[in-house]
Amino acid sequence: MAQQSIVGEKVGMTQTWVDDKVVPVTVLRVEPMRIVQIKTNERDGYTALQVTYGHRKANKLTKPALGHFEKAGVDPGKRLVELRLDSVDGFEVGQELTVEQIPAGTMVDVTGTSRGKGFAGVMKRHNFKGQPASHGNNKSHRKPGAIGSCAFPARVFKGQRMAGHMGHEQVTTQNLQVVQSDAERNLLLIKGSVPGPAGGVVLVRNAVKFAGKAG
Amino acid sequence: MKATDLIDNDSIRDDIPDFQAGDELKVHVRVVEGGKERIQVFQGDVIGRQGGGLQETYTVRKLSYGVGVERTFPLHTPTVQKIEVMKRGDVRRAKLYYLRDRKGKAAKIREKRDF
Repeated sequence: MAQQSIVGEKVGMTQTWVDDKVVPVTVLRVEPMRIVQIKTNERDGYTALQVTYGHRKANKLTKPALGHFEKAGVDPGKRLVELRLDSVDGFEVGQELTVEQIPAGTMVDVTGTSRGKGFAGVMKRHNFKGQPASHGNNKSHRKPGAIGSCAFPARVFKGQRMAGHMGHEQVTTQNLQVVQSDAERNLLLIKGSVPGPAGGVVLVRNAVKFAGKAG
Repeated sequence: MKATDLIDNDSIRDDIPDFQAGDELKVHVRVVEGGKERIQVFQGDVIGRQGGGLQETYTVRKLSYGVGVERTFPLHTPTVQKIEVMKRGDVRRAKLYYLRDRKGKAAKIREKRDF
């Protein structure tokens, strides 16, 4: 878990200069978040902030969803996102959080949903080597080859890597550095790439495993 | 407008002169040596421009003691103090990579006369 956490949308990648050196950056749009509900240990068994961002017309919402926003006294937003935190002390319902929570120089972990690749073969999905293009090979260029033994164990072991659905799963990239945190334009610049396509929703949290000095 | 233009506009320089392949440039590069900063001039012919937007780069080729030297600069890099256009070249293509295989008079670029 983390001390600070925000939700944003991936805009795309570009580059910038820091100390005369080119730095590849991912641009995230972090609209101000409004706290809709606070989850506490006593009531929910864990601590988190339920937030929303952006705006949505009230007549586009179902009555239960509208009631949920009205109870908090908060404008309805695009979606509800839960931010798990170590402690929710000092936060109150209706409070606004901005990109300033994560200042420049912070090391962060970014969680998103990776691009869906559909049903992928073993070469793409598990980096198998495939088989020869020639030397008598017939129709087995991208197949996995043998998947088991013989009379013993007479079955295929569980966990055998095979073709199947790839991508569209939760991926976290750890230890990325924040290059710029722009509260005026609600933008966050992160060095390197983050999971998912442009427009995808990502969570940004303090790095869990970072031990060194930021910079 | 591209979505990332918001950020790109911060770094884009508006003091870049118009130049194209075949032109001769003086590129004034800031060099930091032992904590001191000085300007180094790289003078040569532009043999091509690559990419677009903030990522655009250009390649300058010169002969140094009989050896061809090429340097590629990002167009918008802050390390270049200024770019001077010395000559306009009369060339028929956008990339002058054929100059690498030529020597002496054959590697000369005609100057544009119609200004």
